[in-house]
Amino acid sequence: MNAIKSLDDLKKIREQAIEKRKATANSGGVQVIVGMGTCGIAAGARETMKAVLDFIEENTVKNVVVTQTGCIGICEQEPILQVATSENEKTTYGKVSPEIAAKIMKSHVLGGKVYEDHRIQI
Amino acid sequence: MKEISLHILDIAENGITAGADRISINIVENIKKDRLTIKVSDNGCGMDGKTAAVISDPFVTTRKTRRVGLGIPFFKAAAEACDGFLKITSAKGKGTSIHVEFQHSHIDRMPLGNIEDTLTQLMIGYPEIDWLFIYKTGNDQFEIDSKDIKSILGNIPLSEPGVINYIREQIRTGIGNIRITE
Repeated sequence: MNAIKSLDDLKKIREQAIEKRKATANSGGVQVIVGMGTCGIAAGARETMKAVLDFIEENTVKNVVVTQTGCIGICEQEPILQVATSENEKTTYGKVSPEIAAKIMKSHVLGGKVYEDHRIQI
Repeated sequence: MKEISLHILDIAENGITAGADRISINIVENIKKDRLTIKVSDNGCGMDGKTAAVISDPFVTTRKTRRVGLGIPFFKAAAEACDGFLKITSAKGKGTSIHVEFQHSHIDRMPLGNIEDTLTQLMIGYPEIDWLFIYKTGNDQFEIDSKDIKSILGNIPLSEPGVINYIREQIRTGIGNIRITE
């Protein structure tokens, strides 16, 4: 039987996160949204979101909020991923495989440069 | 859908659309009775009896983006193909509960699949919802409540590096410890 981590471990993670926040400047906060309707899930959206979360863990990316949304009506483009850098700045990407998701995270979320290859207009 | 956990990820969304702030997911593997039971319950707006009775029809949906809804019909068809069923109980203003059963040993029953990713993503993707997950086998019971995690984290988001892995590992270990090897 493997030991389940205690909530104290989570408290430690929280304290470390607060320390790191003090040390680094706030980058403004980016929101990454993954389409997780029936259409998205059937097209592989869970693996796409996993790739986003893994990227955040592997590269210790701060100030990114990852959320899900339901079907937005363009099912043929699923899995869909959106990157919102501010209220009015939202870029939509279509047919986002886990590999493409990692590229978008690197180029757009970390580098601030839209990843044109999979950008779609809605 | 290739996994039951993908169906769960899918129908959990319905509770969010219904305005729920608490959603519970129960999985019971009962080998003695040869049943696999999944229950997803929310405290959202619920449906009246008339709507609940017809919601498994793919052409019944309250959504405006499309006129077809496939989440529940897909899950229902999968269960019925395995000597099982999908039943919806709903009360207007109180919430909805979806009860799905499979014959555990049925050859067509898809695997439970990656439950830890499904739950991690629901907890992180919908942080405003309190997610309660209970997994039961003949061996024991595992329980995790995102409310406890959030109350410790305070203003630190669930998508913080470190926290993502913590949640996923927590669920993976908890399930792995009591899972019956298929």
